[in-house]
Amino acid sequence: MFHAFLVKYGEIGVKGKNRYVFEDALIARIKQVLRPVEGDFLVTKDQGRVYVEAEGAFDYDETVAALQRVFGVVGICPVVKIPNQDYDGLLTEVLSYMHRMYEHTTKTFKVHTRRVNKKYPMTSMEVSAAIGAKIVEEFEGLTVDVHEPELLLHIELRNYICIYSEVIPGPGGMPLGTNGRSMLLLSGGIDSPVAGYMVSRRGVGIDAVYFHAPPYTSERAKQKVVDLAAKIARYTGTIHLHVINFTDIQMYIYDQCPHDELTILMRRYMMRIAERIAKDTGCLALITGESIGQVASQTVQSLAATNDVCTLPVFRPLIAFDKEDIVTIAKKIDTYETSILPYEDCCTTFVAKHPVTKPRVDVIRRSEQALMAQIDEMVEKALAEDEVIEIR
Amino acid sequence: MQAYLDNAATTRCSLHAAEAMMQVMCENFGNPSSLHQKGVDAERCIREAKTFFAENLKVKDKEIYFTSGGTESNNLAIIGTALANQRAGKHLITTAIEHASVAHPMKYLEKQGFRVTYLPVDQDGIVSLKALSEALCEETILVSVMYVNNEIGSVQPIPEIGALLKERDSKAYFHVDAIQAYGKYKILPQKEGIDLLSISGHKLHGPKGVGMLYIQEKVKIHPLLHGGGQQKDLRSGTENVPGIVGITEAARECYAQLEENRSHLYHLKQLFAEELSTLEGVRINGRTKEDSAPHIISVSFEGVRSEVLLHALEEKGIYVSAGSACSSNKPSISHTLQGIGLSKELSGSTLRFSFSFDTTEEEIYYCLQELRELLPMLRRYVRR
Repeated sequence: MFHAFLVKYGEIGVKGKNRYVFEDALIARIKQVLRPVEGDFLVTKDQGRVYVEAEGAFDYDETVAALQRVFGVVGICPVVKIPNQDYDGLLTEVLSYMHRMYEHTTKTFKVHTRRVNKKYPMTSMEVSAAIGAKIVEEFEGLTVDVHEPELLLHIELRNYICIYSEVIPGPGGMPLGTNGRSMLLLSGGIDSPVAGYMVSRRGVGIDAVYFHAPPYTSERAKQKVVDLAAKIARYTGTIHLHVINFTDIQMYIYDQCPHDELTILMRRYMMRIAERIAKDTGCLALITGESIGQVASQTVQSLAATNDVCTLPVFRPLIAFDKEDIVTIAKKIDTYETSILPYEDCCTTFVAKHPVTKPRVDVIRRSEQALMAQIDEMVEKALAEDEVIEIR
Repeated sequence: MQAYLDNAATTRCSLHAAEAMMQVMCENFGNPSSLHQKGVDAERCIREAKTFFAENLKVKDKEIYFTSGGTESNNLAIIGTALANQRAGKHLITTAIEHASVAHPMKYLEKQGFRVTYLPVDQDGIVSLKALSEALCEETILVSVMYVNNEIGSVQPIPEIGALLKERDSKAYFHVDAIQAYGKYKILPQKEGIDLLSISGHKLHGPKGVGMLYIQEKVKIHPLLHGGGQQKDLRSGTENVPGIVGITEAARECYAQLEENRSHLYHLKQLFAEELSTLEGVRINGRTKEDSAPHIISVSFEGVRSEVLLHALEEKGIYVSAGSACSSNKPSISHTLQGIGLSKELSGSTLRFSFSFDTTEEEIYYCLQELRELLPMLRRYVRR
């Protein structure tokens, strides 16, 4: 029954003179996600509204699902969009809309009219009152409740007329591409995909780096990370996944440094490498899935020791989240099932039975001195052998 | 160089079998149930296949049934006979080291009210006749024992078990999972007292998705699949004619050179075992002489996680299986390795190497050479 959607966006509305930048980014992203959806779509901007109109047959559910993956969208309203009419014409349209939408469980309603077209012969209050009265007459058992209506019927009078009542929630946030790109440290776990999703929701494009340690981590573990990247790319757009072979570096640290510091030292090198790739590819920040106290390498002291090597900002959107909250989001964005597949990642392979939980930055720096003979060369080699997988 | 040493997992399909299948798929593609000539031609393929297996096993044509593979053959044999004979008794006997496609149907039947005895095995993975004799009772309706164990290659005393059942005048049927044995051993069900025998196509250089089940004609059995009534109503579903032709041609090739293949495989296995015994911290599980399966050898490498060694070998083009699937999130223990008394530690350090008649001595030497290099390297890096 619907051939058009009114797309509501939130924060963009308050962005002053830059507003068109945000709106254009939103429209560009909407067009992108609708490309694989069955149907031909016209996406337009008009007086602070974005409309998606289908020309001819289209897949309604798929369209809504696609729009629900567009950051910046707060609501998707299936709308009846008709040419400008006089009151009688409008009333006929509204009643026929109500007959299609009305469910007998609904007890209360309210009509809300916006008159943008000031030439319309009646005021918004007059339209709401007149149509409300007609609805009460026509539908038995339906009464008006202006405070908490179960059904809120919107009528917008513009150069055309829109009628809608349903608002399907969108993901919120800011349109992609309005906040540059960042480099996500992506493991096969539950947290990092969620972290990438959350930062991207603020309009940040994402690239990712994965540390592969064959033969300690398998080809399947790598495939799992590729699959996870593909899951979040549905929201974040194209991701360039950098696969870095970390085995030699890991072994070298193992040989040269105190074992209880292995994980911290590894993570410092992961951050350094991620930052190098970020800078080389124009990313402006790093993103990790760290959360305070979750594991030994994520105590506040450990985070400080890891952060010590970074010059770019490091975004840790999950820092104060409990695991359950992270899992809830992982399930919502459909990464959870993939994340829990049992393939080992390189952080767990050699993890000490009793790793340090309160490392001191100066001690860690000193331990790193033992690596000076070969580590730079190894990092360069790892960077030179960076395998880039483009994930759409 | 590459060495595919995972032939107990699956084998390369023989070119001859594949070509025969191609002919059936693209030309002789009729439905064997159709009344017209195309159907008759397809049916002839199945008749010829049955004749081959009947002659090979020295049984009757009508005792041969085709299935979708080893798992279905085992399920049909076990669940089908248990359901059909439950009035005579509800006791089943099997071993502690069966493949999942036997062990899990048994578990399923336990939930349905059957009683199952799991016979223990000795350190070589061989079931004790004494334990079987003690477990056997009036209530026993089925004894299911694998011919060759898929993880360590132990060979069970099948003819002795058959004889024991006869001697005790037991009414129990004797099912043998011969999936790892068929194509390597000459099996004669009547002589060995076997009532049901499962085989699988892709373990003997045939295609995946096809298996065979021999059912002695007097066995009472219920179908698992109901439908069009094919294969005497015991296994409904249009016969997988290409698969049936494929498994038959592959089996034909195996038995055409049975002795040569066997002695080649034993030679490789013993060569591999001897060389391995010169390495430190290496333990071979089960027997290695001609009282074991010719193509399977299980080896534990102290201080090395099997998954890591597997992937390290993979990087060198050597493909093997982990003795027991283990990972950090979902540790699963191998019942076979547990059954022979291997510690949890060593179970997690066990690989299975399995050969085929086209495996070469050169491949074995290559694998040994890589092991010699990898083991010391991998042992240096362990969790401390």
